[in-house]
Amino acid sequence: MANAAGVLVIVELADGKPISLVFEQLGLAKRLSEKLGGSVAVALLGSGVEAVAQDLIAQGADKVYVAEHPLLSDYQSDAWLPVVAKIVEAAAPAAILVGNTTLGTDLAPRLAFRLGAGVAMGCVEMNADGGKLQAVRSCFGNKAREKISFKTAVVVATIKPKSQEPFVRDGARSGETIKIAVDIQASAVRTTLISREKEKTEGVKLENASVVVAGGRGLGGPEGFRDLEKLAGLLKGAVGASRVAVDLGWVPPSWQIGLTGKTVTPEVYFAIGISGASHHLAGCGGSKAIVAINSDAEAAIFNDAKFGIIGDLKAIVPALIEEVRKAKA
Amino acid sequence: MHIIVCAKQIQNPEIATSVFRVDEQTNKIIPVAGMPLVMSPFDEQCMEAALRIREKLGEVKITIISLGPKSTKDVIKHGLSMGADEGVILDEEGLEGGDGYTTALMLSEAIKKLGEYDLILTGRQAADWDAGLVGPGLSEMLGVPAITFAKNVQVEGRRVKVVRVVEDGFETVEAVLPAIVTISNELGEARKPNLRETMKAARKPTKNMTAADLGLDASRLGAAGARRVLEKLYIPTKDGKCDFVQGGSPEELAANLVRKLQEAKLI
Repeated sequence: MANAAGVLVIVELADGKPISLVFEQLGLAKRLSEKLGGSVAVALLGSGVEAVAQDLIAQGADKVYVAEHPLLSDYQSDAWLPVVAKIVEAAAPAAILVGNTTLGTDLAPRLAFRLGAGVAMGCVEMNADGGKLQAVRSCFGNKAREKISFKTAVVVATIKPKSQEPFVRDGARSGETIKIAVDIQASAVRTTLISREKEKTEGVKLENASVVVAGGRGLGGPEGFRDLEKLAGLLKGAVGASRVAVDLGWVPPSWQIGLTGKTVTPEVYFAIGISGASHHLAGCGGSKAIVAINSDAEAAIFNDAKFGIIGDLKAIVPALIEEVRKAKA
Repeated sequence: MHIIVCAKQIQNPEIATSVFRVDEQTNKIIPVAGMPLVMSPFDEQCMEAALRIREKLGEVKITIISLGPKSTKDVIKHGLSMGADEGVILDEEGLEGGDGYTTALMLSEAIKKLGEYDLILTGRQAADWDAGLVGPGLSEMLGVPAITFAKNVQVEGRRVKVVRVVEDGFETVEAVLPAIVTISNELGEARKPNLRETMKAARKPTKNMTAADLGLDASRLGAAGARRVLEKLYIPTKDGKCDFVQGGSPEELAANLVRKLQEAKLI
């Protein structure tokens, strides 16, 4: 791939629609392609997905490579990898942008190893000044950042959600749709999806919430989260948790915010009884305002908070619920 | 049944941000005095997963393998004290500065020399560089299927059944052995080394392997073989301006906070 140029975006769908991170990938792809030369291509894999192609063009894609096959509808790396590799061969990109999701973090390393490409996981910044790709990513539990460059002609990168400006939708854009022939043998897919269990979420989804009320070890037990649910309910927000609260079994893993959990960027993030370890900040540091409530005046969370209360959570949280109730009345 | 656990020795990831330092000249972290190096917690959970399988199946041999400097022997000893049967140390001396690719390359060549295996367990990422490349990378290099982000791993006959953590819940995925599984923190707490295994650990066999033993030229490993170049390692700056809400009672504190949030148009 000596003539590598342009950028390829790998599309992840949820309920038949691109996840919002895809539009961030497209925004970044456009900015990088202006420096790298070449166009913005996307790889759209699935079954009955071609209708999405026009939407992706409006969101910044110049070329949409569509690969459809029943075995591609539920992601399994063995099914997707050869198809993505085939699209890479056709598109010959210099950079391949993947979402930093469960799917993307499963796919990207294997794709990079298969292509002999450089790889950077969980990027928060990328640039291509002078045509040379560089990536910035968090490491050491979000305590540090590394800036890296690559020795390879092709680079695979996963992009952290809420780190990039999305492409501004333009319904008048035109682009090309290219069908990719898919020939996968079921026997080549060595993993089998047996079942899926969705965790029930009542109310607002954590990733989309404009208010997040999150709790940690300081709450002292699962009961403490019932009050947070009340507070979140009044503010039309969602409840999240630190890794410690999840590891202690107080709340389900899908509530976890942080390096190995979800990334959220609400208007207001309440960190209640959360010390503010850097791996937690990896998931909430992009919030517009963090409100920290903690009994420990030295808690690291206050370094990142806009507003803070030092005091006993057992007294303050119920009082806060009352005050919010009054304010909303 | 043979399980291979891949482990890495790292600086304790739980150290406070206030004492974490990097040397921007050398692009390395500065070790914190008095803080012993530890096994990456996800790798401890790999040991835990392997031990749970052995408790269920009985005849299971667990090999712990690690790539690193001389001090790596401590991580091997830790694994043996948790209950692993054999240790393999891959000597990194003179091969520093590698990346996920060079690490996976050396591990995969060593694993090929360990004979038959059924299951390889790696952490979802090492809790220092947080990249998560080695597990999926081994899958490509060894030609073995991989299942990532496991919270539960069961072996039933010649199949491994994994419950994996996804964005909105869980998935159960199966593969025929041999397979690679990467372990996520949701697996639960790893056991501590027990006295009986710790006493036995010193007598358990430990092998050392070098790049030459594996037939790997030094140019393919370490900084020379890496595909990425570390340009700069740094600590991001914070403004640290927290407005501490005042008040004589919980009610007053809460009322003052709500007022400030309303003034800032945040609620």
